[in-house]
Formats: sequence, C-alpha cells, structure tokens
Amino acid sequence: MGTREQRLAAIRKSFPDEALVAEVPGGDLQTFRVDRKVLVDLARHLKDDPDLDFKLLLDVCGVDYPERAERFESVYHLSSLTHGHRIRLKVPMPADAPVVPSVYPVWRSADWFEREAFDLMGILFSGHPNLKRILCHPAFQGHALRKDYDPGQRWLLREGEQDEPVWARAVQEDEDHFETQVLNLGPSHPASHGTLRTVVRLDGEVITQAETEIGYLHRCFEKMAESHTWNQVIPYTDRLNYCSSMMNGVGYALAVEKLLGVEAPPRAQSIRIILSELSRVMDHIVDIGANLNDIGAMTPFLYMYEAREELYTVLEACCGSRLTMSYVRVGGVSHDVPADFGEGVRFILKRVPQLVADMERLITENRIFRQRTEGVGKLSSEDAIDWGWTGPCLRACGVPFDVRKSYPYMGYDQLDFKVPIAHGGDTFARYLVRVEEIKQSLRIVEQALEAMPPGPIIISDHNVALPAKEKVYTEMESLIWHFKLVMEGMKVPAGEVYGFTEAANGELGYYIVSDGSGKPYRIKVRPPCFAIFQAYPHMLKGHMIPDAVAILGSLNVIAGELDR
Amino acid sequence: MNTPDVVVCDAKPLRFLQRFYLIEVFKGLAVTLRHFLGNLFARKYTVTVEWPEVKREYSERLRGRHILLTRDDGSPRCVACYMCETACPAECIYIEAEEDPSSTVEWEKRPRVFTIDLLRCVYCGFCVDACPKEAIIMSRTHEMAFVTRGEAIVGLPELLQKGPVAKLDLGYRPYFGAPRSHISLPVPVRSVAPEIAEGSPVGR
Repeated sequence: MGTREQRLAAIRKSFPDEALVAEVPGGDLQTFRVDRKVLVDLARHLKDDPDLDFKLLLDVCGVDYPERAERFESVYHLSSLTHGHRIRLKVPMPADAPVVPSVYPVWRSADWFEREAFDLMGILFSGHPNLKRILCHPAFQGHALRKDYDPGQRWLLREGEQDEPVWARAVQEDEDHFETQVLNLGPSHPASHGTLRTVVRLDGEVITQAETEIGYLHRCFEKMAESHTWNQVIPYTDRLNYCSSMMNGVGYALAVEKLLGVEAPPRAQSIRIILSELSRVMDHIVDIGANLNDIGAMTPFLYMYEAREELYTVLEACCGSRLTMSYVRVGGVSHDVPADFGEGVRFILKRVPQLVADMERLITENRIFRQRTEGVGKLSSEDAIDWGWTGPCLRACGVPFDVRKSYPYMGYDQLDFKVPIAHGGDTFARYLVRVEEIKQSLRIVEQALEAMPPGPIIISDHNVALPAKEKVYTEMESLIWHFKLVMEGMKVPAGEVYGFTEAANGELGYYIVSDGSGKPYRIKVRPPCFAIFQAYPHMLKGHMIPDAVAILGSLNVIAGELDR
Repeated sequence: MNTPDVVVCDAKPLRFLQRFYLIEVFKGLAVTLRHFLGNLFARKYTVTVEWPEVKREYSERLRGRHILLTRDDGSPRCVACYMCETACPAECIYIEAEEDPSSTVEWEKRPRVFTIDLLRCVYCGFCVDACPKEAIIMSRTHEMAFVTRGEAIVGLPELLQKGPVAKLDLGYRPYFGAPRSHISLPVPVRSVAPEIAEGSPVGR
C-alpha cells in the first residue's frame, strides 16, 4: 500500500512547493491542501504517476465554513485500485470568488459530482462542459447547502418550460432531409426506475444523443442531516437506497463510530452482517427481477418477489418495518434479534437458492434473453473506472474491486467468500455477476449465523447509546443519561472522516464533518449509483430504445439514492 | 485495491441443442408448470394473501399507529416531558403541557395537547425509544386511511388506550428480557384477521 511518506515523496517530485501542495497532519486519510492554481496539474500527476496511480475519483464535495477566511472548500476523495491507498484533497477558496478548475478532463466521474457541488454549494468549476443545476429545479435560487441558507425557506417554482438540452432544441436533418426525432423517456415511465428523465435524439430507431435529468426525488437529505442529531439521521438514511435500507444505516453508523472511536459489540456486528447481506440479496433480486420485467420476462420477476417477501418477513421481525428499517444505531443495533431468528434465516438459505435456480433455468441460457442483453451497454474496464463506477457494475467489467475484501470492516475478513467478476462489461455480464453475488451473500449469511456470538447488541457507553429501558425506569443515573442523549444528542468529537462500505450498488461513502456539537456539521453521501448513472447517456449512443430500457435496468439506479 | 479472491462468471457460449428453441421452451414450461401447480394445490410457499378477507400476520415489532397508554385510573401515563417530541426526526409530535391538578405531588405535568400528524410520521419508533415512562407505544395497525389531511392529525382522544392492554394489537414497544417477536415462514397465507378490540383506535 505504501506509506504516507512514500506518497508524499511521489507528489513532491513534481510539486516541491510547500505553499501549493501541503500535507495536513493526522486524519483518517492522508489529506493534502492544494492551491487551486495547480489542482489540474496535480490531478493529472496523481492519476498518471505509477507510484500514485489514483485512477478512481470517488467523490467531489463542497463544504462551507463561513467563519474562515477562505470560506469554501472543495474536497476530493481518490482511490487507487492497484495500490489500494486513498487520499483526500482539499482546495480552499474565498467567499467572493468560489472558483476552482474542473477536474473533468482528468476524471470523467467528476462530471455530476461537480455539478452537484455547484448546485448545492455554489462552487464554480471553471472548464466544466455542462455546469448547471442537477438536483434542484433550474428556477431554484441560492445554494441550499450553504450555512446561511435557511432550511425552512420556501420557493414557489412555477411550472415553466421543460428544461431541454440545447441540442434537443436545434433542428437536425439527415441527408434525406428527414428531421430526426427528439424523445423524452420518462420522468414518469414504467420502464424508468424511479423518476428519471432521459432526452434522446433518435435517428430512425437508433439513439444518437442523450442527456439525463435527475433530481425529481431530491429530499435535501444532506441539509436535513445538519439540523438533526446524529441518531436522528438514521431514519433518513433508510430512504437513500430503499431496496436495501439496512446497508445505508450500517454505512452511516460505521462512519460515525469511526469518528467516535468506538466499535459495536461482536453480536451487533454479526447481526449487521447477516441483515446487510440479506439486504444485498434483496437488492439484487429486485434489480434482476425488474430488469427482466422491463425486457419482457415477467415470470422470474414474480419468483424473485416471492423470495423478497420471505426476506422481508425476516427483516420485519427483527426491525419492525419492512422497507424503512431504522434498525441500526450508532454503537450497535436497537434490539436483539428474535429467538427464532436462526430458523427464519435457515429457511431463507434453503428457499432463496431454489427460486434463484428456477430463475436461472428460465433465463441464463435463454437465447432470447441473451440476444437482448449480450453486447448491450458494453463498457470497458478503463471507462468504468474513469466514470467512477464501483460495485457489481464495475466487477462485470472485469475489475475485481470489492470494499469488503480490500478494506474489510465488521469482520468480513473472517468470512470465506469470493468476489464474482465477469469480463463482458455488458448487461448480461452485470446479470451474471449479480446472480453469483446472491449466492456468495447467502454463503456469508450462513457462516455469520453459525458464528454469531452471544452478548450485548449495543455498546454500554452512555455518551453514545441509550441505556437499557429497565434501567431508565428504575435508576436515576440512567434516566439522566437517557434524557441528555435524547435532548442534546451524542457529542461526536470534532473532525472529519470518510467512511465507506460496500452497498448493493457499490461503494457507499459518507464524508462526515463534525464540529463537536450534537449535530453533524456536514454529511456528504457518495451514492454509488450517482457515479454509475452519469455514464448512462454516454452508453446509449448507438443503441435502440429497447436497449436503453435494458441498460437502465441493469445499472440498478435507485432514485432515492441518486437524488437524496 | 483489487482482490485476487475472485470467481469468474463469464457468459458461456450456448450449446448446440440450446440453439433450438423447442427443447428450451419445454424446459422452461416445466419450471413454470411446477410453480403453477404448486400455487394451485399445495400452497406451501404462496406469498400472496387474499386481502382483506385474509390478513397477513406481522411480527410483534411492527411499527404501526401509536397508542398512549393510561394508568389504572384512566389518566394518561404521559408526563409531557417532551422527549418524544425532541427525538422525532419527522417533527410530527406536538405537545402542550399543563399542571396536573389531581396529582399528589407538587408540579406534576400532564399533556393538555398531544397530537401526532400521522401523515408526517415516518414510523421509526424513536418516540417509543425515547419515552421514559412507557407512555407511548405502537400498535400493529398499519392500514390507516384518511379523507382529509386534518383527520390525520390525531390528538389525545384518538391516541389514548381504550380497553385493557391485553386486547390491543400491540406492536413495537419497550421490553426487557427475551426478545418478543417471532418469524413465521413460509409466509402465513391463511392467517385470521386479528380480533379488533371494541373502541380501540383500529375499529374507529
């Protein structure tokens, strides 16, 4: 992996000036303060130098510090797939000129992340090809995530002309003097999962140009998190990727625990692993089922939903809710699992493989399905990394990257499982990888269930976790802690952390900044399908409309996570 | 970092026989026929429920509509401490406190107004966790339909417990000792609708 000194030396080779690139001591990741003048040069160096090799730009995020001289900060999280190291870049800029050069020419994954930072924080990325609002309505005024923006403020947005890309308005004629057609796919369309709008230009039936519009489900998750206590954010995280809401909560709790310096007890870790993997199975089941349904195979969809119903029964018995679980707490989980949890999970372990096998019998070697999906939405591994892809979609391009293996958390390194990869990079490969991941996840669940230790399910630190109810009813001391924790929220030490886990769609990152108070200062979610979906319009070129539907289904875009 | 621990699942080329539709069609039909007959006769794994005649049974942790428990004399257990209102991430609880005239000790509070906006509520159960008096708990009632938005804002008369606790369809609530919940799998198909206690919020 290389040490901090080696990475610093590799950067100093080309950037010896301490004033331009300075290392910030400490922190969970090696952090560099970069002058915006050299940002693009440094980015290119970081990407191309073989000792650094930061091919994957994970996240671009804006942070607002109104009391500082240089008010805004643009934060970049980089990862190297070959060396496994990660760094963070911080580019400060003054309030009167929040301009920073765009790194889009270096990493294409910066495309939507920079647009988001512009939309919500008002940071201008000079040189960005399409810098306009992405999550908020075009008529929205102000930048919602700035600290001086009142979250209670309301705007009356009139239903104006639909926002159309410039190229869609221009009339284009081909050599036969027939006008090519511009078509809207979505936002409300049964084949677009969630409300996503795609504008395509059609030449005959072939898509020649496409652009997507998102943000229809924007619920200001990040702004709302800033006005709630640390634990109150958990019900909000359930609504990010609502097909596997458990994993969002786990990722969030792990990030906060990292900042607090605590660790959940082993039994809680075990419960988290089992329910996360069951959620992953569920997410893949929904994705495969919906993808098949879109392209005309209704039957496997119903088989998959049968499995999902049984999975929901187990999750509901643990958490009390089927979709929005709110089961994880910082420091553990809210309750112990029911007494017959083991039997329920063993039923799942027996039943789900049968249904998956039935689906495989119908689909995997089905000639119609293969002709619909093979070679459709093909992306090379280099392009996929460039777009910031992670998760099953990246693994279907032949890159064996999985956070559970590379940066094990919660004891995933104790469990025996393999990372499925495929080399096709197309819709069919993504299907194959997901099917194999279901099997691997069930293997993990089996092992974790066998090894589930007894013990407490939440840490006993009264600064973090609510005391047990029987103590609250009987002891004064516990009642006081209970009261303090509910009324003021837990105090998370000041600092910042980037916590990342492998969610169903890929790397789910939480960049959390705390100022030591009872509420988060800034939470930035790195949603995996945000990076995946930004490649979608580029993948469409040369395909037909039915292919667009097949590709969209295979990318597993969850609007709740995409728009936050 | 890339991991070496992989299983490669590349697409296998179709075999000669698979290139013909007919054999594959019959193979597929065998699978669907098995499921069809299973759902028609055995019904062991059927997950669909003939709602509303048959209701799906949920675990005893289901987070549904709230109930405000009462003391033995019928007064609310709630002492208007504002904990649930503070803990609520959806900000759907509104409490106004007043002095309890019937109290034996001085300065005992009770809620004058206690409303929950059931349309704002996200049913996360944080209010139940926050309550230090076991005054607010949740029932398993999850089928709630309203004609107007105003109707969804329920106050003390609608929320207060009616009838003995044993007769209520209790859901998420604090408990000690053994976890009280069970998993019934395969999904119960012919479960009977829970008996509705007279005057409970369910049968309103």
